[in-house]
Amino acid sequence: MLKIENLHAEVGGTPILNGLTLSVGAGEVHAIMGPNGAGKSTLAYVLGGRPGYEVTQGSVSFNGVDLLDLEPHERAAAGMFLGFQYPVEIPGVSFAQFLREALNAQRKTRGEEALSGGEFLKLAKDKAGLLRLDMDMLKRPVNVGFSGGEKKRAEMVQMGILDPAFAVLDETDSGLDIDALRIVGEGINTIMRAPDKAVLLITHYQRLLDVVKPDVVHVLAKGRIVKSGGPELALELEEQGYEAVA
Amino acid sequence: MTDVATLPTAHDEDWRYADPAALEVLTPTQLDVWHEAELAPGETRSKVLVLDDAHPGIHRVRMTLGEGARAEIFAIASASAYTRLEIEVRLGKGAHFEFGGVTIGGGDATREFVTRVAHAEPDATSNQTVRAVHWGTATGNFLGRLEVARDAQKTDAAQNFKAILLEKGAAANAKPELEIFADDVKCAHGAAIGALDQAAAFYMAARGIPPEAARKLLIRAFVADAFHALDDAEARDAMLEQALSVLGEELA
Repeated sequence: MLKIENLHAEVGGTPILNGLTLSVGAGEVHAIMGPNGAGKSTLAYVLGGRPGYEVTQGSVSFNGVDLLDLEPHERAAAGMFLGFQYPVEIPGVSFAQFLREALNAQRKTRGEEALSGGEFLKLAKDKAGLLRLDMDMLKRPVNVGFSGGEKKRAEMVQMGILDPAFAVLDETDSGLDIDALRIVGEGINTIMRAPDKAVLLITHYQRLLDVVKPDVVHVLAKGRIVKSGGPELALELEEQGYEAVA
Repeated sequence: MTDVATLPTAHDEDWRYADPAALEVLTPTQLDVWHEAELAPGETRSKVLVLDDAHPGIHRVRMTLGEGARAEIFAIASASAYTRLEIEVRLGKGAHFEFGGVTIGGGDATREFVTRVAHAEPDATSNQTVRAVHWGTATGNFLGRLEVARDAQKTDAAQNFKAILLEKGAAANAKPELEIFADDVKCAHGAAIGALDQAAAFYMAARGIPPEAARKLLIRAFVADAFHALDDAEARDAMLEQALSVLGEELA
């Protein structure tokens, strides 16, 4: 589904990714772990197409399409969802307005009909119920005044409503207490565990992986994958640290 | 004695950010036209002004508010030539003045609001919210003078100005001017000038919203602050659409 080959990328002239190769198949959940500064967030932003993150070499193919050739909003419409480590606050724009605009923009790019206000609200209600989240959230301005945990749960509601084929989740577990972590982890399972979907989960901690249970775990260091293995690799890392394992 | 034949220049504080070329063609008669209004005690009046291409130039409003009266003005300055709205208000005891203004547009025009609010008696309040959105080499200004008389205790006055400049070359100026002779007063003012929030724009793009739509959504939220105090929801939406209509034309 996602095929990254020999990816090199730099930010402000500094090379961060140095020949990263990674392949995620449909129905799979891959976790990427690694020390601070390894390039985890850079990988997420490069996949999302953030301005300033420049690919200097390599390729990324997403369902056979050259991902790097698409604008950020086109990547979203193609089914890519980027979960932010630090979700952005947008004063004056409600979640409902934001998500309906996003969903309908994606549908338009894909050549589908726009959803009416009523249809959107029904969809949002269903997804929020599924994730046991408060619908009142949708009336509030995007992320404004949210705690760290609320922002991450809100990311999950967005993912549920937008229903992507592929999710790149950048430290979605950071800043969460144990209950919120479980809700977010179960959210990922509910929304994304399907034969035609896949997840790239960037995380520091084993705890989220207890809930989400990855099929493959990779260790990222100095801008490339230095080791890959099954779920047991994450446990090894947790016990012995990055230096001993990778 | 004031000499009406003396035309303002950029050396005059109230005109320092005005368009010099526009000042040159001013005539004394233009500077002597005021829309005057006197509000009786307890009276409320609300007015929306759209200074678009049908109404460029200088517009002046002078109001006197009786005890407990309330005056609201919501204005858009979007004409493609020099546009200036001046408002002079004298507030009686416990009166309130509300101003929400938006200067928006490109080209090379200067659009500005100049307010002089006199808190002449105790317990009066005033609130002014101005938003500016410009591109090209356009300029948006807010010059807000506030006078609090010695007797005007418990005055509560606020001014807030924010500008978004969409392109290099556009400009915005804020000039708050506070003269306070009473000691038990609250006077707040704030100003911020910046570019469109790039982090928010990327966040929107990552959710599938194309750049033009993201920009419009962000600017809509930004501009909406100025009309927040407009109670009539229909009028509020109409003003918002009116302000944003300029954006569609010129930035497409």
